[in-house]
Amino acid sequence: MIEKSLIKPFVREVPRTTWYLTRRRDRVHMAQELSSVFIGGYALLLLWGVKALAAGPEAYQAFLTSLGSPLSLGLHWLVLTVTLFHTVSWFGVTPKAMPVQIGEEFLPGGIIVGGHYVIWIAISLFILFVAGVFNGG
Amino acid sequence: MARSNKPLVWSLFAAGGTVAAFVLPALVLITLMAGYGHAPEALNYETMRAFAGGWLGKLVVFGVISLCLWHAAHRLRTALHGLGLRADRAVAVAGYGIAAIGTLLSVYYLLRI
Repeated sequence: MIEKSLIKPFVREVPRTTWYLTRRRDRVHMAQELSSVFIGGYALLLLWGVKALAAGPEAYQAFLTSLGSPLSLGLHWLVLTVTLFHTVSWFGVTPKAMPVQIGEEFLPGGIIVGGHYVIWIAISLFILFVAGVFNGG
Repeated sequence: MARSNKPLVWSLFAAGGTVAAFVLPALVLITLMAGYGHAPEALNYETMRAFAGGWLGKLVVFGVISLCLWHAAHRLRTALHGLGLRADRAVAVAGYGIAAIGTLLSVYYLLRI
């Protein structure tokens, strides 16, 4: 058995709760991770809306009215910002997350990311169109 | 990006992240407009009832809510670990638990429409 005192392992001190503040890529990574709070929160808001829809016209109208509270409006702007950040950062890693190989060559990352943006814009316009956003008034 | 050895959890995380990336900004914009009193036509009670009354509508609503919840639960788990919280079991149980309850509730409410 080796005496403990003879071997002293090198331990690099990394602050457990603040390590991600030092480097920019770590800060971005932590921001991406924390976007989940707002995405989960918005999913719960949608769930609340479905509950109101199931409960009847009065409950549903109360839900729509509650969307106009200052707290809701403030959070909505925050969630809109966070979801856009999520979209951009999620598309940004798609070339690494799902590389496309054609024959011997890999499709350039820019094409994969760009393709996602094109589909995203198409889906978003479709949703807004079906919702009637472009109908005026 | 967060990684897990459990393929199911990771698939749900990835699927949820993808769905969130493609549809959430537009949905948030719509509920934001409603908040300012300019709710798009489709948000009225009858139209939404008809939409969620069909099986395709139910599937879409269920997919968006449940996948976003699973995505958030898994990512919050890795986020809290990164923030130095060493209570992974409790975090996982709470996060996945809320996602599971939310998923079941969405099914329950949708079946009543």
